Amino acid sequence: MLDSTPDGLNFGESPLLRTIGLTKRYGDFLANDSIDIDIWPGEIHALLGENGAGKSTLVKAIYGLIQPSAGEIRWQGKRIVLSGPSEARKRGIGMVFQHFSLFDNLTVAENVALGLDGRESFNDMSARLAQVSKTYGLPLDPKREVWQLSVGERQRIEIVRALMQDPKFLILDEPTAVLTPQEADQLFIVLERLRAEGRAILYISHKLEEVKRLCDTATILRGGRKVETCDPRRETAASLARMMVGGEIKEVKAAAGRTTTVPRLVVNDLSLAPGEAHGVRLEHISFELKGGEILGIAGVAGNGQDELFAALSGERLSKDPGTVVIEGIAAGHLSITERRKLGAAFVPEERLGHGTAPRMKLSENALLTGHAASGMVHRGFINTAAALKTVDRATETFDVRKAKRDPEAASLSGGNLQKFIVGREILRNPAVLVVSQPTWGVDAGAAAVIRQALLDLATAGAAVLVTSQDLDELAEIADRIAVIFHGRLSAPLAASEATREKLGLLMGGSSLEPKEAAHAVGA
Amino acid sequence: MQLVLEKRAERSGTIALVSPLIAIGLTIATMVILFAILGKNPLLALHAYFIAPLTDGYSLQEIAVKATPLVMIAIGLSLCYLANAWNIGAEGQFLIGAVAGSWIAVRTQGTDAGAWVLPVMLVLAAAAGALYALIPAICKVKFGASEILTSLMLVYVADLFLDYLVRGPWRDPHGFNFPTTAEFDPVATVPLLIEGGRLHFGSILALLVVAAAAILLGRTIKGFEIRVVGAAPRAARFGGFKADRLIILTFAVSGALAGLAGIIEVAGPVGHLQPGISPGYGFTAIIVAFLGRLNPLGILIAGLFLALTFIGGEQAQITMKIPLDVTKVFQGILLFYVLACDSLILYRFKLVFPNRQVTSGAG
Repeated sequence: MLDSTPDGLNFGESPLLRTIGLTKRYGDFLANDSIDIDIWPGEIHALLGENGAGKSTLVKAIYGLIQPSAGEIRWQGKRIVLSGPSEARKRGIGMVFQHFSLFDNLTVAENVALGLDGRESFNDMSARLAQVSKTYGLPLDPKREVWQLSVGERQRIEIVRALMQDPKFLILDEPTAVLTPQEADQLFIVLERLRAEGRAILYISHKLEEVKRLCDTATILRGGRKVETCDPRRETAASLARMMVGGEIKEVKAAAGRTTTVPRLVVNDLSLAPGEAHGVRLEHISFELKGGEILGIAGVAGNGQDELFAALSGERLSKDPGTVVIEGIAAGHLSITERRKLGAAFVPEERLGHGTAPRMKLSENALLTGHAASGMVHRGFINTAAALKTVDRATETFDVRKAKRDPEAASLSGGNLQKFIVGREILRNPAVLVVSQPTWGVDAGAAAVIRQALLDLATAGAAVLVTSQDLDELAEIADRIAVIFHGRLSAPLAASEATREKLGLLMGGSSLEPKEAAHAVGA
Repeated sequence: MQLVLEKRAERSGTIALVSPLIAIGLTIATMVILFAILGKNPLLALHAYFIAPLTDGYSLQEIAVKATPLVMIAIGLSLCYLANAWNIGAEGQFLIGAVAGSWIAVRTQGTDAGAWVLPVMLVLAAAAGALYALIPAICKVKFGASEILTSLMLVYVADLFLDYLVRGPWRDPHGFNFPTTAEFDPVATVPLLIEGGRLHFGSILALLVVAAAAILLGRTIKGFEIRVVGAAPRAARFGGFKADRLIILTFAVSGALAGLAGIIEVAGPVGHLQPGISPGYGFTAIIVAFLGRLNPLGILIAGLFLALTFIGGEQAQITMKIPLDVTKVFQGILLFYVLACDSLILYRFKLVFPNRQVTSGAG
């Protein structure tokens, strides 16, 4: 059973789940092109691929959420057609999604009850919930309401809910994307235990080190096709990346002689009440960012990153002007347009609907952030030629690939749109750039271009603030890294000292000083 | 084999132009069925509706006269709708404009007031329409009240207010107790373009409004602001545009245009203030705005088309005894099809052949 080449010599036995020629077509687009995959009991099988490689489509088909256009799925050797997720669950297929489906205002137990198909009483269910969470070391307080829980705890609900159905096969979609390194380690212990019990796990990820450490088999998808099935422990991270990308990835290089200059973005004791229910309150955030410097802000999603971005950009105003100082000018009370005029530029996390108007042309989206300061508007009239020129320059400088000169934003791929958005802001020569999740859901090639652009911008003297959940990204480009937790920002660590362990502790809300650490863990 | 709706990568420009035509085609097909059920000859009815009005000069002028308020109101509404502000109460703003302008006409009646009367009437009507439209806009911005409901309800307030005035204080003493003001003096009347005809100066104004709206939406940053606030509110805020201010502005502009249309109607074709000065222009203009794709030029064409249905409806009533309400049915069906066909801009139909699956052998 623990054969390291499960494709091979398993005569007489059939895999738990097998897809043969599985194809899913959306219009002219082949999201999955004839994919064969075998999953054996007692293995953790990694599904690797870049954004848009077809991973989600494949697991949705296996979980019964979509019907394949062609090909078949075999479960324990027999062909099945799944009418929907509930049938998949009945057969023993469980799934934990990247985006949780939980009701914020209900308790843990109520959420679990809602997700189960069974007819047991609420009390029996609660007892079973307590037992499963104890057995697998996934502590949960069934009476707490979900909005009070951290992202890691919310994920635990989803996992426990899936385990309560006693699945033979569990699909996990990028489970560590929202976890601190320490939380991820705990998750791996749970997964290894599930494997030892003979369950199969399909583990979707793009974190290669993790896959090498945890998984027995890896199937790599690229552009909707299966590239290879291999043993990740015998590969290097670089060789896995090559298979995912289909070529070498450009190395990001920092210029050698980067010097810091004057403070260009200063935040003084910024506190801000949340704008919406269950939002995060920003508390006493202070930092100073000099020209030529990149400050990274790490943290688990939902700890105040969005609120901090809104406060820095001016989408939410602060009563006290001195809380945000841009280029030496108190700007806490200034609108986003006035802050742009001071030399600030912003790139939000959401590309479609926040960074761009999806159904508008790129030239109009250039105008969206450029109308105040870039000569695109004369006496209220739009200079279309100037807006188009910005599109052309961004296209050329940042290698934006698109079907025509000025398409709608929504028609670009994630990576190309992100290159356009970052390019649009960098071409304005900002003194301060605030970027949220610059390479989230972006292919490796585009991610390298964007990271390089941020480094080059800092080299040219701008102050760059990068919020990211990707610690590797921050390690690659940031000079200093601070961690945001529950709306509070830690003191920044020099990148050389910011180990995964230290950042992980801060991301989990612990303090780094040994004496206090003991307290924090106890609390 | 099954028919599915499939999302397009980019909105189809061709369909955006063709979709109103498809809607009109479907509406006419439905009307043919309706006429047949009513026991009328569908071909004759269609001829009365759409062909006959185009064949004589009087009817052509009348189409332009009817299109004038429709186009003016619809241009204002299109600005609201583009900005995601739902002004349904143009009818009320139209009536209030008519009332406010008429106030000057009534006050100066029989005096030797000069040429200033009509311009003041127009300005006052526009201002009153704008202020009346600001009520739902401010309720929306300050208290979050649904502008759809408040603007609609204010239509009935305006309607009854006008009714009160012409039955009470402003009633023509020599009018045999009819609920109407006296005929306006010549200085309080919109001049005709053709001596002895029906076409009046208001139609020129409507064309100017269309041109101004085209420039506003196509060339200016304010027009861009209107479009982006409606299309992507969060992106608009990121761009530095304030949706609340824009709701106020677009409501005020559309109220002003509706008020202007109101006084032009009263001081033009009608000649005095009375109940029933509008056959529902403020509501029909909603159809005009959508049929014209919220585009100024499109609205001009759509306004002429719907004016044609008004004239045709009268013609059909006279020649074929088809009830005038059928015109309203026609307009309603048309709006329904226009909105339905709009989904084809972002989606397309596709025939799908499912794979050869032996579903019975499943499991």
